[in-house]
Amino acid sequence: MDVPITLTVDGVEHRLDVDTRTTVLDALRERLGVTTVKKGCDHGQCGSCTVLLDGRRHLTCLSLAVAQDGAEVVTASGLADGDVLHPVQQAFLDHDGYQCGYCTPGQVCSAVGMLDEAKRGHPSHVTADLGAEPDLDDDEIRERMSGNLCRCGAYPGILGAVRQAARS
Amino acid sequence: MTDTVEQVPVPLDVRSVGTRLARVDGPEKVTGRARYAVEHRDEEGLGDPLSLWLVQSTVAKGEVEAVDASAALAHDGVLRVLDHTSAPRLEDTEDGELAVLQDARVHFRGQIVAVVVAETSEAAREGAALVEVSYRAEPHAAAFTVEGATYRPDSVNPAFETDSDDGDVDAALAGSAVVVDASYGTPYEHNNPMEPHATIARWHEGDDDGVVLRLVDSTQGVHGVASTIAPMVGLGKDQVHVTAPYVGGGFGSKGLPHANVVVAALAARETSPRPVSLAVTRQQMFALTGYRTATVSRMRLGADRDGRLTAIEHRAYAQSAAVKEFAEQTAVGTRSLYAAANRRTSHRLAVLDVAVPSWMRAPGEMPGIFAHEVAMDELAVACGVDPVELRVRNIPERDPETGKPFSDHRLVECLREGAERFGWADRPAQAGATLDGEWRVGTGMAVSTYPGYRMPGNEARVTALDGGRFEVAIGCVDIGTGARTVLTQIAADALGVDPAAVVLRVADSSLPPASVAGGSSGTASWGSAVSAAAQAFLHEHGRTPDPGASLTASAADDPLNGDHVFHSHGAVFAEVRVHRRTGEIRVPRLFGMYSVGRVMNPTTARSQLVGGLVMGLSSALHEESVRDPRFGHVVTQDLATYHVASHADVLDVDADWLEGSDEEFTPMGARGIGEIGIVGTAAAVINAAYHATGVRVRDLPVTADRFLGEG
Repeated sequence: MDVPITLTVDGVEHRLDVDTRTTVLDALRERLGVTTVKKGCDHGQCGSCTVLLDGRRHLTCLSLAVAQDGAEVVTASGLADGDVLHPVQQAFLDHDGYQCGYCTPGQVCSAVGMLDEAKRGHPSHVTADLGAEPDLDDDEIRERMSGNLCRCGAYPGILGAVRQAARS
Repeated sequence: MTDTVEQVPVPLDVRSVGTRLARVDGPEKVTGRARYAVEHRDEEGLGDPLSLWLVQSTVAKGEVEAVDASAALAHDGVLRVLDHTSAPRLEDTEDGELAVLQDARVHFRGQIVAVVVAETSEAAREGAALVEVSYRAEPHAAAFTVEGATYRPDSVNPAFETDSDDGDVDAALAGSAVVVDASYGTPYEHNNPMEPHATIARWHEGDDDGVVLRLVDSTQGVHGVASTIAPMVGLGKDQVHVTAPYVGGGFGSKGLPHANVVVAALAARETSPRPVSLAVTRQQMFALTGYRTATVSRMRLGADRDGRLTAIEHRAYAQSAAVKEFAEQTAVGTRSLYAAANRRTSHRLAVLDVAVPSWMRAPGEMPGIFAHEVAMDELAVACGVDPVELRVRNIPERDPETGKPFSDHRLVECLREGAERFGWADRPAQAGATLDGEWRVGTGMAVSTYPGYRMPGNEARVTALDGGRFEVAIGCVDIGTGARTVLTQIAADALGVDPAAVVLRVADSSLPPASVAGGSSGTASWGSAVSAAAQAFLHEHGRTPDPGASLTASAADDPLNGDHVFHSHGAVFAEVRVHRRTGEIRVPRLFGMYSVGRVMNPTTARSQLVGGLVMGLSSALHEESVRDPRFGHVVTQDLATYHVASHADVLDVDADWLEGSDEEFTPMGARGIGEIGIVGTAAAVINAAYHATGVRVRDLPVTADRFLGEG
């Protein structure tokens, strides 16, 4: 069964008919040709498909497109202003926080979303004082980024990148 | 088509090489705009692919009795179901792994027994679930045991002698003051690159040479895919055009084409000229795209009281698949690592009805050096000798295997410098001596080693462009290593120009031939060809050539036929904390000091070495594929149950290297760096865990339960 929905992706509004089985990830990649979102596991276990959905980081493989009618999606590509990179993206370059690049758009979106969560005072599993303003030390960054796997093992570089972005 | 010149490359006058040139593909990657295999829609004819989904066998051995596709074909959007009765015939079925849908035989659980072609991925996936396959099952064997590992292969990967025997090991062991005799195990491991294996395939009429099979594939070698697939589908190699512009990691699993590439090609022949798109799922990868076999290494070391080795025996046991042989070269690294007059190695396999094992980062060295280096730690304890000192005492003057001198053998410096930087001297000699609150703390080390490989058959083409720029073309693949960046630097220096004047073209089988991105051989093999081509070009056309002037060359020298033996080395140091109540294990520090020849680009090199250390850490703490021998398949077939290191597991991990150059090996002075980082790392962690707790673990991964009850 096909259902009409609207998705705004990186500022562009798309009206499309989606199979009710279609995930947001497949709607983006296979219907709209938005391949700046990557599929690593399709089961919410690797984080490669992370985008900002209505401003929050979101695993697009775990969401059905019909349930996200009207959503606003920002991918890693949309974080950049054309060729001008987002500060988090520049920080990934500065720290060589990637190798093959496949998990990278998800890592970048996750980092942007995570920095915003911390700014809004959200604690994590390793936050000692749940009432205090979170201090994004290395342990906090590692914990909050642990939903995004990187098989190339670029974690030390990603840590450096997020640390730089958090302090700028 | 121009002739290929053979050129003996001379050492490079390095200027860009050795600098931190930024990755040339960085902005594409951090924005997600880099397009991986099935993301290609821009090229003519690839815009509207059909979706392909695999149906896998549910028995481990037997025959397909019948494939009932009626329900699948009745599903909206499903167009075709191909099985062994209806798929196009292959012209070459020699390779049992690749000869899919050609007969009714089932060789392992998870084998492809049918494929569904549909208008959308949702329909294809549903269609695959609706295909009813019945089997005549036969008894199978899927449990690996040492007792069952009795088959002696003719050679081990890629072409090493199966066994070696020098001196009299038994007599030497009988006369040794100290003997270590133990078995060490490594589990099944799966490569799990972040980008699952994926292919777009399209058959169409070429411009002038008849039919062309176009493949966009996630592979470590476009030429290898073309030369493997072409004869199977009855085409010449030049009629199979393969590109792999971006590849989301491989770690060996994309080094050779697997059955998924073949079925994509077969299905696309049926749908021609419309392409098909096949994205292997993460779960399917556990049966179809290779893995590291489990291994058991029986080590016997004999030494005098000062720890000087008199005998080394390494008997390696592993598993292969009935449908296709793969013999992990587990004991080969042992042959060249330490000096001892009496040395013996062997490899035996259990041949099982299981999925086909293949290359995974440092095949052979990873499991084998793990065993050897934990045994060396046990020897150090038994002799009361410091583990670093024990290694220094046993470093060979010449390669024990061939008697040839090593080129650039600097393991002692790695050990001394690494120990100094890590702060090794501060450790107590006794295991279990340090308690920090509820945590037992220890340090450990191990040696890493990886051979220098330089592959034959590489060519590069240099063409003058306008404005003083040069196109440099070679059909190799950058799977994330930084090859695009590093080859740009090598080409710039070889041509005597700025890197900005180099237009590098790679990842296309219509470019000059290049070997696989494997065996840590890429930079050495491709860089030597690029150096040779640039030098031959300058000799032929001068420094101010006319635009359009072009030359293709290969490196005529082969250092592996020369007077030296080439190995990279390293020393890995780990600090481990084990919780005395829960057994939780953490690795706060991991440091590797390496000798790898000249480093081409410190930024990409550090990421390669650190990435190897992280994968080694992951193998030490997490990775284990669990096979259920009753059914023959891996049950931990996703990233929730096959654990790999995440951000929170990776604390202070760093690598550095000795400045140097190995110009015996390559004109750039480089050896390989892609794999050495994983070698020895798990041993360093295990040895540190012993030092923390006094508990000797001999099987990977080391998990909390090993330490429970030790209080």
